[in-house]
Amino acid sequence: MVIKILGSGCANCKKLESNAREAVKELGIDATIEKVEDFKDIMAYGVMKTPALVVDEQVKVMGRVPSVEDIKKYL
Amino acid sequence: MFIWLDKLIQLLVEKIFRVSMETRLGSSIHFFFYDTIKITILLGIMIFAISYIRSYFPPERTKKILEKFGGITGNIMASLLGIVTPFCSCSSVPIFIGFVEAGIPLGVTFSFLITSPIVNEAAFAILLASFGWKIATVYVITGVIVGVIGGILIGSFRMEKEVEEYVYQIQMGETEIEQMTSRDRLNFAWDNVKDIVKRMWIFLIIGIGIGALIHGWAPAPLLAKYAGPDNPFAVFVAVVLGIPLYSNALGTIPIAEALINKGVGIGTALAFMMAVTALSLPEMVLLRKVIKPKLISTFVTITGIAIILVGYLFNAIAHLLI
Repeated sequence: MVIKILGSGCANCKKLESNAREAVKELGIDATIEKVEDFKDIMAYGVMKTPALVVDEQVKVMGRVPSVEDIKKYL
Repeated sequence: MFIWLDKLIQLLVEKIFRVSMETRLGSSIHFFFYDTIKITILLGIMIFAISYIRSYFPPERTKKILEKFGGITGNIMASLLGIVTPFCSCSSVPIFIGFVEAGIPLGVTFSFLITSPIVNEAAFAILLASFGWKIATVYVITGVIVGVIGGILIGSFRMEKEVEEYVYQIQMGETEIEQMTSRDRLNFAWDNVKDIVKRMWIFLIIGIGIGALIHGWAPAPLLAKYAGPDNPFAVFVAVVLGIPLYSNALGTIPIAEALINKGVGIGTALAFMMAVTALSLPEMVLLRKVIKPKLISTFVTITGIAIILVGYLFNAIAHLLI
């Protein structure tokens, strides 16, 4: 599973990344987490509000920081 | 609306602190507690209510609406939607690219970018707490007008070349607009309250603290002389001071409240607030990724001048507002 964190490096993006790592750890699944910081790539997902969470190329959340429990549901 | 709180804090000052309301210390303590509680209540309620409404207008939807309007109607719609669309400076770049990619004219995009940060729930709540309904409402209306006029002017300069070339090459993917239940919306609104309060409380406490000191101790005649409505430079200085400050500095509004009680012009204070929210250094740095310096300086100049004019206007008609 590939998880992508879309965002230009603002505080919320970092929070989302750490929440995603925590969710992956708690579920004990095999997933890689990538950060996408280039606007060209972010926009290619149709995202206008950062941060966004993309799981296997599907946008799951945008414009907010979901909790660890929330993220687990998307994985 | 807050007479009960006023009375309650008077009791606190006189019975618990055992200080007379007539003394400087007494009126400062009163200002501090009264303002802290009043602003906290209003901030909570306003952010919650407006965030709930905002959950219906994600930028994706705003973009779709704006694609339908051209000309000045476009500028007006963009400014109005700027009020309700969630916006933080970290989203300004993707929103800018998204609008340009959708073919929304540059001027219309700027109407949105100017009004959106000026008219925000935190500014509204703090104005409401410090100055009441009339001024808070007038602030919103002028925020929209500044956005419309600024956008029309920027549009008329035909500065499309001043947008970084790569922006025009970006192809936006399609996403579905997230379907939210009313429970999601309530959560979204509550998260916003927590987020904004977490970012601002320290500035607010400091702002109210300094405001309290001014309230008790600042020499009114001196302030009125230098920063009063009759000093033509006060508005200008307030705007220039406000530009580098980031919107968390809205916490400084209680300072403005105390200053106005001491004779500083209301227009001066409003202009300061608009400059703080509309023009900030971190946002310029972000926008630099998509637009060239010439367009950034045009944006800052036009918005700055518009805000200064608003300041003079309000100083001139202050007697109608208070």
